[in-house]
Amino acid sequence: MVGVDGIADLGGEDGWGPVSRPTPDEPVFAESWEGRAFALTLLTMGRVSGRNLDAFRHALERLDRPAYFDDGYYGRWLNAAELMLTDSAILAPGAVDARARRLRGDDVTEPEIPEAAKPDYAPTAAGSLRTVEEAPAFAVGDVVRAKDISPAGHTKLPRYVRGHTGIVEIIQPAHLLPDTHAHFLGENPQHVYSVRFDSHELWGADAETFGLTIELFESYLEPAP
Amino acid sequence: MTTSGSEAESAPRPSPSLRTEALEQLLTERGLVDPSVMDKFIANYETNVGPLNGAKVVAKAWTDPEYRQRLLKEGTSAIEELGFAGPQGEHIVVVENTPTVHNVTVCTLCSCYPWPVLGLPPSWYKDPAYRARVVREPRTVLSEMGLDLADDVEIIVRDSSSEVRWLVLPERPAGTEDLTEEELIPLITRDALVGVAKVQGPA
Repeated sequence: MVGVDGIADLGGEDGWGPVSRPTPDEPVFAESWEGRAFALTLLTMGRVSGRNLDAFRHALERLDRPAYFDDGYYGRWLNAAELMLTDSAILAPGAVDARARRLRGDDVTEPEIPEAAKPDYAPTAAGSLRTVEEAPAFAVGDVVRAKDISPAGHTKLPRYVRGHTGIVEIIQPAHLLPDTHAHFLGENPQHVYSVRFDSHELWGADAETFGLTIELFESYLEPAP
Repeated sequence: MTTSGSEAESAPRPSPSLRTEALEQLLTERGLVDPSVMDKFIANYETNVGPLNGAKVVAKAWTDPEYRQRLLKEGTSAIEELGFAGPQGEHIVVVENTPTVHNVTVCTLCSCYPWPVLGLPPSWYKDPAYRARVVREPRTVLSEMGLDLADDVEIIVRDSSSEVRWLVLPERPAGTEDLTEEELIPLITRDALVGVAKVQGPA
């Protein structure tokens, strides 16, 4: 399995240059294919292959660099939708490229439609919020540490907070655990906390002074040592 | 994409535009997607679900103190009172910007964004530079985007890493005391609701 340590975990990365300045009247979709890719992806993750938003996010993380960055945001979505569809054998690998080449006039043979192998999966409820019987392990104001771990597979614990100490600011509604849900391994709902970190704890003494909150699942946290 | 075979590795892939058309054909001809359903999704996010919704929420909060309290306490239900709910809006937390505290939102792992109130995210929000840098040097990033904050303003970055979605309640600008809720709405921009700009008073 590929961890989130990969391509999607961008927080704090160097080398991206200046941010772009907002323009007031940017169209929702810059080109019409982006809207088609958006809708195809929603249908793929929501109905055709999965009913699992976390599996889609994990598909994004498994893209290679050009597929993640070079095709733009909706190109990335398209590529992840294609990966979900080949994972579940709804499409054969190469089927999209073969059809696209035929569309531009190339004489290529399309692969056979494979026998679908969709995950045997149904969510227990709509959305991601769930109920957890046990009381939260941490209270508002508790000093906690984000575990310094590098889980295999999908996770919502980004590198830049791992090993760092913060304070629980808000106990958020409990939530299914993306780490197992993304792999169709169960919802395993957990309490979720907005944890506040000081910028110098995250980035060192020379960093700009600011606060940062991030939502962390209970199993990502331990009492501060 | 994960591809195999020497041909796939050596030849450039067809454009995303062409591959989108190909995927739509492949799924449509097998009855797995319905293009008319796609059309409805696209039209909905092009015309109905956008930052105008968030502007209405903010204008009401500026003119109705009781609503403002409900919004800051239970964002999701207060927003739903105005009819705004749906995907990427399961749990919305509203935080207030003041002369001394400035919140700004990001999703470093993907591009999570409160769709029911702001629509689909703008390009700069999805840009790796914004995702990478605003959690490390927000003052510099905001300045590059045209927002220079005084040194004594406390910045709080909100990284949306679960299904919690953040919405900024911006400061009501000076000179708008006599404006009605309806007159305030057009002043309120998407960028102010993410926290990379302030709402400007009428010109």
